[in-house]
Amino acid sequence: MLPQEIIFGLTGVGLFVIGLRGVMLHVSALARILAINVCGAGVFLVFVTVAYRGLGERPDPVPLALVLTGIVVAVSATALALALARRLQEGGDE
Amino acid sequence: MTDAHWIPLDMLLAALLLGLGWASVATRDLKRGVALFIALGLLLAVTWARLRAPDLAMAEAAIGAGIAGALLLAALRDEDRAVLPDAPIGGPRLWLLNLFCIGLAGAVGWGLLDAMAGSDGIRLAEVAGDHIPDSGVSNPVTAVLLNFRAYDTLLELAVVLAAVLGVLSLGPARPGFERAGPVLGGLVRWLSPLLIVTAGYLLWVGAHAPGGAFQAGAMLAAAAVLLRLGGRADAGLPAPGALRWLLVAGIAVFLVVGLAVIAPDRAFLQYPQGWAGGLILLIEAAATLSIAVALALAYTGGRPPGWETAGRLSASPSRREGQ
Repeated sequence: MLPQEIIFGLTGVGLFVIGLRGVMLHVSALARILAINVCGAGVFLVFVTVAYRGLGERPDPVPLALVLTGIVVAVSATALALALARRLQEGGDE
Repeated sequence: MTDAHWIPLDMLLAALLLGLGWASVATRDLKRGVALFIALGLLLAVTWARLRAPDLAMAEAAIGAGIAGALLLAALRDEDRAVLPDAPIGGPRLWLLNLFCIGLAGAVGWGLLDAMAGSDGIRLAEVAGDHIPDSGVSNPVTAVLLNFRAYDTLLELAVVLAAVLGVLSLGPARPGFERAGPVLGGLVRWLSPLLIVTAGYLLWVGAHAPGGAFQAGAMLAAAAVLLRLGGRADAGLPAPGALRWLLVAGIAVFLVVGLAVIAPDRAFLQYPQGWAGGLILLIEAAATLSIAVALALAYTGGRPPGWETAGRLSASPSRREGQ
């Protein structure tokens, strides 16, 4: 196992847990959305670490493609969550 | 240079990532949290480049740090209180939460290391690598995204579309910004055409080098964000009628191509030999426009003015054209 797999794999887990703690701790919607994005960044880091196979080797493209889609989906979900939060703050008008 | 030489630098990178992640979540000042989050995104882009994933590095810098940062900064404007009150829980419950998080980190970390150590090293990489010459493109990530796992990407475009429809259904767009001063205005005038050209380049080059529809779409969206910051409330987007078509263009072209290639010996989205390169470029071009429009609309935060009438316009285009 490469040392990089240990270093970045554990960093990914760390970011995931830091984000999760933020989601559970905060009350503000914006702070929670930010925390869940940190959480997602940790998951992406684990995926990219799994794809990495050393300096001289070509990384596995399958997890990389999954992370690329993940980044775009994450930003779309963030946009939707922020719009919902803004609507909540306005109090709604039903 | 081998991997062993990189260990000190990698440790530094890892420490910075964890520190920035912690700081952006732990701070009570939301403005600072968002700024640190953008820095985390940029550092992640550096990390992707280090881990030999330049496609991701570009996407992360443009989307993860750029567009997501712009979205969060725009949302900060609506926030009543930019500084959060004290932690809502304290004492024993906070300790319990911390204990849970440490336990979870240990369990997940141990599981991950165990899985990686026990792995037999056989992955999809070899299968994917063997078939790249047949895929019509030479960039492995593009080959996976638009050929081997095209179905995933099709559904992903559907997710993006659904999210933007959600944003649009929640209310009208935020008011735009004031007209920019001469310096920012000049910068916007210089940068936006450059970004559009870069988007075209990234779209084209994605076939054989880092780049592709997502990066190109993010570049176009960045031009829109910049134009909006410069004082154009419509973010330089076309009229709502055209916007609707652009929004669905990616998924529509993808579906039409996927269905059109079906033959007795070919399944949905199974491109015929020799056509794959051209079809992938066609799909990517449409997807670029859709992603750009989706991200730009998400940044404006809701329906642009005239969105509702544009729906009726498409029902009877000849009579309402002038309005």
